[in-house]
Amino acid sequence: MNSWIKVTAGAALALSATWASADELQVRGMAAACASCHGTYGIAQPGMESLAGQPKEDLLKKMLDFKSGKKPATLMHQLSKGYTDEQLEQLAGYFSALKK
Amino acid sequence: MLRRQFVKTVGAGSVIASSGWLSGCATTGGGNGPKVVVVGGGFGGATAAKYVRMWSDYKINVTLVEPNASFVSCPMSNLVIGGVKTMADITTPYDNLTKRHGVTMVRDMVTTIDAEKRVVKLASGAELPYDRLILSPGVDFMWETLPGMAQAGAKDKVLHAWKAGAQTVALRKQLEAMPDGGVYAMTIPLAPYRCPPGPYERACQVAHYFSQAKPKSKVLILDANDDVTSKGPLFKKAWAERYKGIVEYRSKHTLTDVDVAGSTLKFDFNDPVKADVLNVIPGMRAGDLAVKTGLATANKRWCEVDFLTFESKAAKNVHVLGDSIQIAPGMPKSGHMANQHGKTCAAAVVALLTGKVPNANPIYNNTCYSFVSAEDVVHVASVHRYDAEKKTMVTVPGSGGVSSSANELEGRFALAWASNIWADTLA
Repeated sequence: MNSWIKVTAGAALALSATWASADELQVRGMAAACASCHGTYGIAQPGMESLAGQPKEDLLKKMLDFKSGKKPATLMHQLSKGYTDEQLEQLAGYFSALKK
Repeated sequence: MLRRQFVKTVGAGSVIASSGWLSGCATTGGGNGPKVVVVGGGFGGATAAKYVRMWSDYKINVTLVEPNASFVSCPMSNLVIGGVKTMADITTPYDNLTKRHGVTMVRDMVTTIDAEKRVVKLASGAELPYDRLILSPGVDFMWETLPGMAQAGAKDKVLHAWKAGAQTVALRKQLEAMPDGGVYAMTIPLAPYRCPPGPYERACQVAHYFSQAKPKSKVLILDANDDVTSKGPLFKKAWAERYKGIVEYRSKHTLTDVDVAGSTLKFDFNDPVKADVLNVIPGMRAGDLAVKTGLATANKRWCEVDFLTFESKAAKNVHVLGDSIQIAPGMPKSGHMANQHGKTCAAAVVALLTGKVPNANPIYNNTCYSFVSAEDVVHVASVHRYDAEKKTMVTVPGSGGVSSSANELEGRFALAWASNIWADTLA
């Protein structure tokens, strides 16, 4: 039995994983680290913020503001300092492309 | 990139096409894709099993071997000991790994590994062939350092409660049965051990319970280390201010034996300590399976791995992760870290089984919350990246830190952290 699978937009990133470029795999892995708190593919359980499908500019601004100390945080100011601005932009781009 | 995907199914209609992670669900074995066997369904192994399935587009067959019927979380288990949470609160069934991700669950133990033939043998006698094996065997205890604990019934009377489950409940019962005015004494082994701040959180939880129910009682912490190994100033502040007169901390106390009948702890240089409830957290090493199979190459205690893939330095096609590995500098043995290992390993295993090059620049983080009361929490956080020159993970300079003080907001985040990481690992 063979079956065709229709790829939905939301699952595109997940399904493209096996033939993704090295850069894409790097970003996917980096983003998966966020999933421990913010949910698999950025869809969080109650009490934590979902990242999936948020506008890229908003996500990036938040993370840069955490990093600079402009935005108060409990621990995101400490975690965001572990990433370069370029990495934060890649993360923002990745999560913004995921389906809410 | 969007593209249509062609999935070939084999067997008696056992393979169900999946449209990805949203609808979940897929083959429960029987496919002709590569085979991955995961041993141990804790934070490391369960995460690896789920993510190998997801990131292989459900093409790689994954079997998870785990003796327990459900996942019982070590993080938050101190709250059960303190009487704030119940076992039901920290227990999650494994069924979503099968229903949503098509992981084949086998409730058993692995007894031997044949790395040449790539086969593991189970206690039931069955054999499972693999293309790549992922071991997440956790820790086991160095009982040989405590002769008195070898006596019949000793381990039922003097508890560690360092693997959440029956002992968590049993320790709670011992505390409930202890008369007011009694002493609870906990010993802490030399680092490294599972969950560096865990013993100190436990001391807070027991002290919180005593402060409410048995105010004349004492918590005595007997630590083999030179000082509190994690979040030191924050814990000491809690003991001095919240639990004044209840908690006493003594460093440099190396446990040499336990007189179980006399309810007494013996140390190398310090006087023996008699207490009403003994809670001995023994020295730890990699899970017995890893030690027995020769994978624990660092002092015969921890498993050395390549941090790009978590492949064992002692055996090809065998990956080891979680608390059982020889950790990189600054990397704690924590559930959060094991969850991160699981994803890094899963990505590498999928790459290796599909002819790709594993990610050369892994970067991930650790977040650890400790409850100093029923509501107030302190955290420690860190970010770790691969250093190609040193061939290990290093803490990113300038990242990470601890709470400025215990607070209720982080108490809420800690509970949300737990429900999120349980879901990321198991749902």
